[in-house]
Amino acid sequence: MIFEKSISELHELLAHKEVSAAELTNAYLERIRDLDQDLQAYLTVLEEDAQKLASEIDQKIARGEELGALEGIPMAMKDNMCTEGVRTTCASQILREFYPPYDATVTTRLRDAGSILLGKLNMDEFAMGSSTENSAYMKTRNPWNLDCVPGGSSGGAAVSVAADLAAFSLGSDTGGSIRQPAAFCGVVGLKPTYGAVSRFGLIAYASSLDQIGPLTKTVRDNALVMNAIAGYDAMDSTSVRYDKPDYTKFLINDIKGLKIGLPREYFGEGIDPEVAKGIQKCVETLRGLGAEVSECSLPHTEYAIPAYYLIATAEASSNLARYDGVRYGYRAEASDVLGMFRKTRAEGFGQEVKRRIMLGTYALSSGYYDAYYLKAQKVRTLIKQDFDQAFEKFDVLLGPAAPTPAFKFGEKSNPLTMYLSDITTVPINLAGIPAISIPAGFVNGLPIGMQLMGKPFNEGTLYRVAYTFEQTTNYHTLKPNLSGEVLARGSR
Amino acid sequence: MAISREDVIYVAGLARLELNEQEIQDYTQQLNSILDYAAMLEHLDTEGVVPTAHAVPLHNVLREDEVKPSISHDKTLRNAPDAEEGFFRVPRISLT
Repeated sequence: MIFEKSISELHELLAHKEVSAAELTNAYLERIRDLDQDLQAYLTVLEEDAQKLASEIDQKIARGEELGALEGIPMAMKDNMCTEGVRTTCASQILREFYPPYDATVTTRLRDAGSILLGKLNMDEFAMGSSTENSAYMKTRNPWNLDCVPGGSSGGAAVSVAADLAAFSLGSDTGGSIRQPAAFCGVVGLKPTYGAVSRFGLIAYASSLDQIGPLTKTVRDNALVMNAIAGYDAMDSTSVRYDKPDYTKFLINDIKGLKIGLPREYFGEGIDPEVAKGIQKCVETLRGLGAEVSECSLPHTEYAIPAYYLIATAEASSNLARYDGVRYGYRAEASDVLGMFRKTRAEGFGQEVKRRIMLGTYALSSGYYDAYYLKAQKVRTLIKQDFDQAFEKFDVLLGPAAPTPAFKFGEKSNPLTMYLSDITTVPINLAGIPAISIPAGFVNGLPIGMQLMGKPFNEGTLYRVAYTFEQTTNYHTLKPNLSGEVLARGSR
Repeated sequence: MAISREDVIYVAGLARLELNEQEIQDYTQQLNSILDYAAMLEHLDTEGVVPTAHAVPLHNVLREDEVKPSISHDKTLRNAPDAEEGFFRVPRISLT
């Protein structure tokens, strides 16, 4: 079916006029109508806008103009990236009626590239969560098992790609929010190096950790999207000026002599033995392809969770102070302005967001700053040094993207239990390095993801290893069964 | 117990959050459990370690102070819960 195809395949079909952008867009819109009432990936679907854009692309094709790699390709974005005039909720009640007055830089870049925005995707409220259960609007379901969560916080972004409701999507990753849902749903998800993709117009959660990245069906597709969205942006003062490569140049089917390190902390305590076994099998595949694999250690890994949750919530408590019911968003009625602030925020934010604001405010408050926030920042230095030292010996580090496959709805109702499930992803954000999750097999019928971690601005090497692995395996070609009967059973 | 019920009420005040009784109880219990876990950081010697605020070393990002187009007044006010004569309108700020 056409909606199953990769970006590069769709590009060929469009360029050779075997399918029109309008037909392609309608195929996705129809599939969204068929499946999304059960999967609930989309918060907003932009039927008319998408069709209008598609017909503009078709006119361009008719004129015989050259077609860019993403031109006419239907895609969707997590609902924390601003889209001018298109409702952007961050899956929060407090932004229920927010229509951004400007586009995020990634929105502009994808529009300039000619991609067709199908809609905005569900997520954990303000990207706080690991299951998308914290959305104020709906629960997104995992297409491989409708009783399971899709992961989070970019759950809608992962499901839209896994269930072919979009050719690709953009997510954001503060502590694993691209890689973990990509792993749970069996798609490719990259968290780029901090500073590689502009955060301008990304609704902030934790500014020193947030990074936007692509979720795709193949490694090549991922590189194509990075070509469009990455690179310096003057509108983001943390954007880095670097020599942006053509990422598709790294799609080389050869890893002979490449040095891969296996941090033992990513295979031990807290990791489901079946997941560890599955990833070990992938390691053997890579070894067979000529990679030089050996064990290593990231000794401060166990401290990453507390350090992350103190730093991220501290930054969040500051970032979310802007939601005061004055300039945009929800406002509760009260007789004085302080009462209005307090009531607006009480009614507008969900439980997890309030919990994190409370934790972060406490960690920053007078008398506790040194013990919590400053201490966590020092630990962040040690975690970063672990990676620096490992990368003196290795080109790439490898481990599972998540400690378990997708879990059931409600299974992790204790907040701390949910936080602990981020152990394999948060260290990467603290260090600011790039990491990718790619399909790596199945445990109990659910996909698992192999995570490759690289040196800063070395996404290319990750793509090379990921591409080589993909050429030798068929995990990325397997699709969830979404026949009518399966959906009907799940909805009961 | 790292955090008391009074601490939770005080922090909620700093964060401009009105909490109900159930939330005060839940957050007292949950923040304690999270901070108990975070106490493992105390066992780590960080003497002389320089804190990291940003993974990528940041320097001052400066540019010429040029006037550039910005979002119009009307557009800015379009998302306002309450606006009047080009201003954001809010409930009274002081009692006097």
